[in-house]
Amino acid sequence: MKIPSAIITLLAGVAITLISLWYGQNNGWMPVAASQEAPLVDGLFNTMMTIATALFLIVEGAIVIAIVRFRQKTGDNTDGPAIEGNLPLEILWTGIPVVIVLGLSIYSFEVYNTMGGLDPMASGDPGIQQVAAKPGAAIAATLDEPAPKMTHMHNHMALGVGASPGTQGKPADVEVKVTGLQFAWLFNYPASGVISGELHVPAGKEVQLDITAQDVLHAFWVPQFRLKQDAIPGRTSQLRFRPNLPGTYPIICAELCGSYHGAMQSQVIVHTPEEYDAWLQSQIASKNAGENTVAMVSSELSDRDRLALRTADLGITEDILAQVHSHQ
Amino acid sequence: MSATSLEPKTEPHKSPATEDRPWTDYFTFQTDHKVIAIQYFVISFVFYLIGGAMATAMRGELATPNPDLLGYDNYNGVLTLHGTIMIFLWIVPAGTGAFANYLLPLMIGAKDMAFPRLNALAFWILPPAGVMLIVSLVTETPQAGWTSYPPLSVTSGQLGEMLWILSLLLVGTSSILGAINFITTIINMRIKDMTLFDMPLYCWAMLATSILVLVSTPVLAGALILLSFDLIAGTAFFNPTGGGDPIVYQHLFWFYSHPAVYIMILPIFGLVSDILPVHARKPIFGYRAIAYSSLAICFLGLVVWAHHMFTSGTPGWLRMFFMIATMAIAVPTGIKVFSWVATIWGGKIRLNSAMLFAIGFISFFLVGGLSGVMVASVPFDIHVHDTYFIVAHFHYVLFGGSVTGIYAGLYHWFPKMTGRMMNDTWGKVHFVLHFVGFNLCFFPMHILGLQGMPRRVVQYNPEFATLNMVCTVGSVLLAISTIPFLINAVWSWLYGPKASANPWKALTLEWQTASPPPIENFDEEPVLWSGPYEYGIDFDREADELSVRDLLAEVKAEM
Ligand SMILES: [Cu+2]
Ligand SMILES: [Cu+2]
Repeated sequence: MKIPSAIITLLAGVAITLISLWYGQNNGWMPVAASQEAPLVDGLFNTMMTIATALFLIVEGAIVIAIVRFRQKTGDNTDGPAIEGNLPLEILWTGIPVVIVLGLSIYSFEVYNTMGGLDPMASGDPGIQQVAAKPGAAIAATLDEPAPKMTHMHNHMALGVGASPGTQGKPADVEVKVTGLQFAWLFNYPASGVISGELHVPAGKEVQLDITAQDVLHAFWVPQFRLKQDAIPGRTSQLRFRPNLPGTYPIICAELCGSYHGAMQSQVIVHTPEEYDAWLQSQIASKNAGENTVAMVSSELSDRDRLALRTADLGITEDILAQVHSHQ
Repeated sequence: MSATSLEPKTEPHKSPATEDRPWTDYFTFQTDHKVIAIQYFVISFVFYLIGGAMATAMRGELATPNPDLLGYDNYNGVLTLHGTIMIFLWIVPAGTGAFANYLLPLMIGAKDMAFPRLNALAFWILPPAGVMLIVSLVTETPQAGWTSYPPLSVTSGQLGEMLWILSLLLVGTSSILGAINFITTIINMRIKDMTLFDMPLYCWAMLATSILVLVSTPVLAGALILLSFDLIAGTAFFNPTGGGDPIVYQHLFWFYSHPAVYIMILPIFGLVSDILPVHARKPIFGYRAIAYSSLAICFLGLVVWAHHMFTSGTPGWLRMFFMIATMAIAVPTGIKVFSWVATIWGGKIRLNSAMLFAIGFISFFLVGGLSGVMVASVPFDIHVHDTYFIVAHFHYVLFGGSVTGIYAGLYHWFPKMTGRMMNDTWGKVHFVLHFVGFNLCFFPMHILGLQGMPRRVVQYNPEFATLNMVCTVGSVLLAISTIPFLINAVWSWLYGPKASANPWKALTLEWQTASPPPIENFDEEPVLWSGPYEYGIDFDREADELSVRDLLAEVKAEM
């Protein structure tokens, strides 16, 4: 018995749909989701994976079938049929991608807005914060000059991902100033004056990071939060999110920043709120006892020395500390 | 190199056939487009091998999580040179300089390019550019990646960075000169009866590519010149220490470098559009749609650059605009992919080396296109930007797409260029190694990036060791895959069986002349007796085993 080709096509369509739907949800390619915003990105990714899997199967399937079915038969040196196009078919494969990319654009826009990407306080570029005072000054500046002191305004506009629409305009529960430098991250809690080489945040609270860089571009990335933002010298950028799964996750520098770029890692520890308070109190106590003098060393450091310091302890030099304090 | 006259002037040639051309011609300043094309092919392939050796070294380093092979001191230099060489000295000169020089005049029935001396000049600018990068390898390597973002690029070694900038300025000049030549040739030098819509699709692709080169390359040149001032004169255009803005550099850089992606892939779209119908024995499906989609991609490609900056200094609304514009490119690109599949569907496929690589191109490029739509989405791109997901994506486009397509073109036009056939069995061995090695090397990188591995790192979290080892094994297979190709190409060039004028029974004009073509391309005026893709129309006559030459004679007699 010969099965009609319409039925085979239908069955193939059903199979491709089922496989794509299943694989879109169960690809397991994303790491653990540790913030309130991360599942939004995962939902978007899974949708795109579903569509991509279906298109992959259709096109690669068609290629494989064509190679098998439409191979030249031995001895047949004639041409194939002179088909030069098919307007309805061409309209169809123009129209379907139009619908797909429109849908994905709207979905992405929604996710981005919900994450806080369009928060007016965090989605405008205020421009560089240090400008040359006089026209000639920029020309005269040399590379050896110390990094500029950045003027810090309260309620400034920043770049990046801000508050979700529900909490826009309200201050975040925890605000941390983040500085990227070759080859370490510094976290400064302005409310308590605590400075740390690791980021500690409470689960379930809204955290705002004000990110800048000391020397060259870096990028702050926590894969488990699905969040990344470049740290730019002379600009402040922002990430605002709500971590919700206690644990320790890597902080990765994602922008090439020099020889030891690959070694520029730290970690974020998401505490329960009680643990977080305990950590903060212990830091404040040791600061008051004068123990917070993290390895004061000369600024005459080679890249390798700085890395060694960072991995051994925290490579925080005096002028870096001065820098960080001037941000407050 | 004082020959800067722009006049389209062809030297009077004495010897009628290429057989008489002394081999030394290939090492000197020649104005014959075919010689220049071969010069482009050979030199770009040499750089491909150098860039490939660097890639293999990097994968060797990344076989283990620790920095134990190249180490901190060499890795960034090698990754910078790998990217720069592969883009500017391999894919761009091979896809445009080499193929366009060889094919354009032949495809449109011209004797040479519009400006032969300019053409030679464009080529001879290239070797010094390459030499500078090689010099930087033994003096001081540039450290800041092929993107060369300040402030890192202006604070990590003057000599290496300056060599890099000068090298790119030369390459940019070369491709602008080439583009002027290609546009003029396509517009002015077609044989009498050939309208734009009678041109093979490679010509359309080169028209779109050359427009992109002319619009975008000057912007890169401007950015690089300002960068060099920051580097050596202590100005502060981009250096924030003096009040400069590093984000402005990124805008200028990507205004060129996004279109550069299309400069590297559009010509390959053209090559594949010309190869598939010949070996599937079927007309290209939707000629006009493919031609127009090249122009659509050219236009859209100019307004999407900031999608490389979604985590950088870009405000929210800008991120949204560039997301939507980028997604729109999926539409014309989709049209091409679907049309290629429809072209081979129902044909009578000759599955030889050229066809295998052309079909392989579609299957790899599809994956790169799908991940391309994904990374256009801002919230998703924030997660994967600057990770191995991106490395996977652009290697699927540029290696799976461009390099595979270049191989397809080499197998397809080798008989025309050298007058000899390549060995098909070794071509298939090459394809299998290429196919397996490529997917092993680059597919796992998608997962690595999503899981948390950033790009441009010499060391990584040990949990990624297994997948990285798979990538490294794949890269070794890829390195090995070039050996059968090289031996096959060299051996066939010297001793391969002689090729007839039209071994594939193709319909485009370059197959109407001898293989290799005589110095002025066509011994007698070529006749446009058929459209470029009218396969299957002479169905009955083909059955009578009439050769194309006979058909041609017949058509001429009728005229
Ligand atoms: Cu960094
Ligand atoms: Cu791009």
